[in-house]
Amino acid sequence: MKFTHFRKGLIHGIPIFLGYLSVSFGFGIMAVKSGLTVFEAFAVSLFNLTSAGQTAGVGIIAAGGSIAEMILAQLTINLRYSLMSLSLSQKLDKSFTLPRRLIASYGITDEIFAVASAQPGTVTPWYMYGIILISTVGWCLGTVLGAAAGSLLPAAVSDALGIMLYGMFIAIIIPPARKQRSVMAVVLLSAAISTLIYFLLPFISSGFSVIICAVAAAVTGAVFFPVDDAPETEREDAV
Amino acid sequence: MSIAVYIAVMAVVTYLIRMIPFTVFRKKIKSRFLKSFLYYIPYAVLSAMTFPAIFFATGSAAAAAAGAVVAIVLAYFGLPLIAVAAAASLAAYVMGLFI
Repeated sequence: MKFTHFRKGLIHGIPIFLGYLSVSFGFGIMAVKSGLTVFEAFAVSLFNLTSAGQTAGVGIIAAGGSIAEMILAQLTINLRYSLMSLSLSQKLDKSFTLPRRLIASYGITDEIFAVASAQPGTVTPWYMYGIILISTVGWCLGTVLGAAAGSLLPAAVSDALGIMLYGMFIAIIIPPARKQRSVMAVVLLSAAISTLIYFLLPFISSGFSVIICAVAAAVTGAVFFPVDDAPETEREDAV
Repeated sequence: MSIAVYIAVMAVVTYLIRMIPFTVFRKKIKSRFLKSFLYYIPYAVLSAMTFPAIFFATGSAAAAAAGAVVAIVLAYFGLPLIAVAAAASLAAYVMGLFI
């Protein structure tokens, strides 16, 4: 029984594995360029398992930012996981005891959440372990390959791969922005504030800039375009 | 500041964000404002992280711009994450060859 669920999770995680492998390759390159060692880049990926948070985190490390800045940046950027955790917690099988919840909560990412919440009925601990394991292996393997081989690649190639994570971010925000004017407004506002800060207020670090932009744009969105049932809408988009 | 300290802080904060709602809170959020705010946060975060940083992500602004335009167009037509990310890289690389 355990094995059946575990295997199902592994199989459902294969597309995530492939996606993470290539995206984290870009992260590995970027991390080394920012002054981390291959092992440090691997540790960041293993302990965080999140693209946006890691990218901002490495930026803060490279800039010698404060611990407060790191905490605030991670809180803001990764806050979305609380919503996903909350939503997924309603879908857990009865066998999900506290220790098992403590283990599985490690692996709540956008993609794993999307696949798990698309399952009919409840999800079991071993299903979650399977999907999280294969996804984490892809994420860490790609990071190490990117970090180690990034320096072997010609500069033109590693430069071009550095844009990969941003390409993925664009692929996440554009389709819902196309469907919903409210999301489009939030995306445009956030990009506009970020650009203004970058050029006009360069003393604001990138970590704090993301926090300021995200909070300002999301508050504006919440005031002008309140949503009725956020987790449901999000689940629909994610799947 | 040791890099290990930064990584530990990142890891603990990120884990707590995921773990607390997964284990402790079972009730749904009631506040409409808070729900809306949380709904828009991911899009706002990713947009702020992408712009204008994407234009400085490669060796030249022109190559980066080519990658950004290709990514936006392909994402608009709903291509998968990987296809968009790979095509953005390829576009930046090809543009880089001409500069």
